[in-house]
Amino acid sequence: MFTRTAIAPLEYTRKLWMRSWVGLTMLFLYAPLIVLMIFSFNDSKRNVMWKGFTLKYYEKALNNDSLVEAMVNSLTIAFLATIVSLVIGALAAVMLWRFRFPFKGLVEGTMSLPIIVPEICLGVAFLIFFAKVDWPTDLPWPLNLSAITIAHITFCFPFVAMVVRARLASFNNEEEEAAKDLGATEWQAFRDVLLPHIKPSLVAGALLAFTLSLDDFVITFFTSGPDTITFPVKVYSMVRFSVTPEVNAASTILIVLTVALTFVALKYQGVKGISDAH
Amino acid sequence: MSGPLQDWKSQKKPFAAVASAPVFWLALFFIAPMTIVWLYSFGQNAGPADIDISGTLDNYKRATEWLYLSIFLKSLAVAALTTLICLIIGFPVAMAITFVAPKWRPWLLLGIMLPFWTNLLIRTYALMALMGTNGYMNKGLGGLWEGASWLRTLVGMQPLEAWTPVQLLYNNFAVVLGLVYVHLPFMVLPLYSALDRLDKSLIEASLDLGAGHFKTFMQVVVPLAAPGIVAGVMITLIPALGAYLTPDLMGGTDSQMIANVIERQFKRANDWPFGAALSFLLIYAMFILIALQSMRSNKVKEVR
Repeated sequence: MFTRTAIAPLEYTRKLWMRSWVGLTMLFLYAPLIVLMIFSFNDSKRNVMWKGFTLKYYEKALNNDSLVEAMVNSLTIAFLATIVSLVIGALAAVMLWRFRFPFKGLVEGTMSLPIIVPEICLGVAFLIFFAKVDWPTDLPWPLNLSAITIAHITFCFPFVAMVVRARLASFNNEEEEAAKDLGATEWQAFRDVLLPHIKPSLVAGALLAFTLSLDDFVITFFTSGPDTITFPVKVYSMVRFSVTPEVNAASTILIVLTVALTFVALKYQGVKGISDAH
Repeated sequence: MSGPLQDWKSQKKPFAAVASAPVFWLALFFIAPMTIVWLYSFGQNAGPADIDISGTLDNYKRATEWLYLSIFLKSLAVAALTTLICLIIGFPVAMAITFVAPKWRPWLLLGIMLPFWTNLLIRTYALMALMGTNGYMNKGLGGLWEGASWLRTLVGMQPLEAWTPVQLLYNNFAVVLGLVYVHLPFMVLPLYSALDRLDKSLIEASLDLGAGHFKTFMQVVVPLAAPGIVAGVMITLIPALGAYLTPDLMGGTDSQMIANVIERQFKRANDWPFGAALSFLLIYAMFILIALQSMRSNKVKEVR
């Protein structure tokens, strides 16, 4: 500590005020989450005093059928929405990257709208839309999740398109031309040359879509019915009406899942790639 | 490098294969719903589940009544305050990420991004648990209070009255704090990417030529990072303006924002046309903000 070299002018991060500023910001960001995670193991109804380690709230959360059902619904929706968003988003990226066509600017602008339009407006739009077209609500599982899944795809696929398009910018077109010169068909060139190139962005886009879908509350709140509760909607009603430590336990499970997904994303894309995607 | 653009006419089949799904999805599941909302905003309730699109402007007229206008202005003020606080907290953090030793940089970035990937509802709930009357924030404040009381007895003054927990939640303060908590990563990431591109030798030159750190910061770093600041402000302001969850869970009766009013029209008040008009007013407000930003960035390009 005391034998260090002098602080160079640009080594701002070695200055004490800067370090404490960053430290306090991290404390602000993480303290609530860490306290929540610690107290999910607390053997007490009230969340303040540490009364000893227990797993009973995990047991309770996992035995709470409606909570588990909500979690299964959320994961199913996220899974389906990710697959469809991935296909549509990748196609949209290739379309915008490769072709010149009339009204291209308009299509491009419209595609970025689901990202910009406030969630509440999109939620309201889907509520009205599904009411207007009389979307059936009494379908068996998992078809009853179709309305929510459709809504999620609409706001997820533009993000996938954005990530994939950024990756396409580094594609060398000569590779594809070479493949075609050597006799590859349009489809073979796509599958064997372009697809491998954009694979990392597909993984990153899929993880982004999955988290966005799993995270969404507002849009789901407007499109879900009594039989199609998702995890955030369930937690919302639990938080509103009664705070139980079960919510802490269930939240901890989801946080751990998110952290695991983030590390998978990092492995594929690197930190920089992910921060660029946002 | 990016390949040369191909004209769609020379490649009709591949173009159709690629374009049909995204365009179809966008038209059916985005433009159609938005159009219906837009049409509804010119309608009126004709029955319990029947809306007559009569072309009336009454909904918009009602939205400009002071009751709703004030909520709109208040949402804007809350969002602007949130953005300002995020900028003040976030700028040094972004600078720290830029100037830290390279081996630490990914970890700091990850530290900012992880909460961003965590469920919004869980984060709000975690913050609420901390801020409740039995939460740690109140405990911390109580500790400070007792410390102050003890200091007073040291200098021979009367000790303070016993600490009573304060209500930190369910007011405007809680809403702003919650919004800052949720939106801070949105601000830091664009700031960092702007600062990262900045030519560090310019800062060194300014310091060598005798400007102090503060002067260098204000006259070199801030102007050069301006695009990142604008991007960060927009990316924070827009979602904060349309925030629903934070004011709903953490706010009191007087801290509703525009999104809560819209929600009420669709659930309790059951006045869909009016709710539709309010949502489109919110969308128009976003468009104005984005137009202002692009006008500004065009001007910057002309100057250069």
